Amino acid sequence: MQAKPSTLKVLDVVSLILLGVSAYLALVFAPTEAVMGEVQRVFYFHVATAWVGMLGFIAAGVSGIIYLRTGDLKWDRVEMAAVEISLVFFFITIVLGSIWARPVWNTWWTWDPRLTTAAITELIYIAYFMLRQGIEDPDRRARFGAVYTLIGAVSVPITFMAIRLFRTIHPVVIGTESAEAQGGFNMTGDMRIAFFFALFAFTVIFIDLFWNRIRMGTLADKVEQLKLKVMQ
Amino acid sequence: MFFFQFQAPPDTSGYMIAGYAIAFGVMFIYVVSLFIRYRNLNRDMSMFEEMDKDK
Repeated sequence: MQAKPSTLKVLDVVSLILLGVSAYLALVFAPTEAVMGEVQRVFYFHVATAWVGMLGFIAAGVSGIIYLRTGDLKWDRVEMAAVEISLVFFFITIVLGSIWARPVWNTWWTWDPRLTTAAITELIYIAYFMLRQGIEDPDRRARFGAVYTLIGAVSVPITFMAIRLFRTIHPVVIGTESAEAQGGFNMTGDMRIAFFFALFAFTVIFIDLFWNRIRMGTLADKVEQLKLKVMQ
Repeated sequence: MFFFQFQAPPDTSGYMIAGYAIAFGVMFIYVVSLFIRYRNLNRDMSMFEEMDKDK
């Protein structure tokens, strides 16, 4: 058994602290928005989890390219770790968005371009795990995963750009929003601090979880190899 | 004479609490799942190492 690197232990603690500080800034430090009230505070975690979710899906696509070029199964583990963590964060994004929409848009869900593309992205990567499980040969599975995440990564810029290209009611934080957008607001200085800190905190948390998940994947492969050796 | 009416923002704190409870809950469950899976893999590793030695 390989001991956990001390850098990773420090990163675990730092991530926990950053999560706490980020929650404090979002829930206490940032002022209450005048029109929407307290529910606007979910915005800080909503955007931050969306950011790391998309970052992971892109990282999975890049890992897929590296696997296809090198054939090293290590990159398959990296790809799977990125997809798994991003699925969790992107799920939080969608749920937070839905909760915010209820009092602001008067509905939990609407088939708006942004919401639809986000839901499709999440479903694409849920399917990734289901389809992977159907392939037994590790090399074939890795090749399939690499091509799938490469194609799946196209959904990320589409989701990101949906609120900038289409007529949508989803507000835009940075950039010009559609005339139909509902629930937009101007960020004050304190709101900006909470917002950018949340982006930073979740990036560190993502790196920490990513590292832990890759280590777990490596251990799972070692166990599998040893199991095959013993069973022979 | 002017009357200034200040309209307080609507009480949407219930939604905010629900949102953060779910966000923290999902993250907690994921971290616990990582921990459990890692612990189980370590257990399997030790078991197979023992079996390999006995072989």
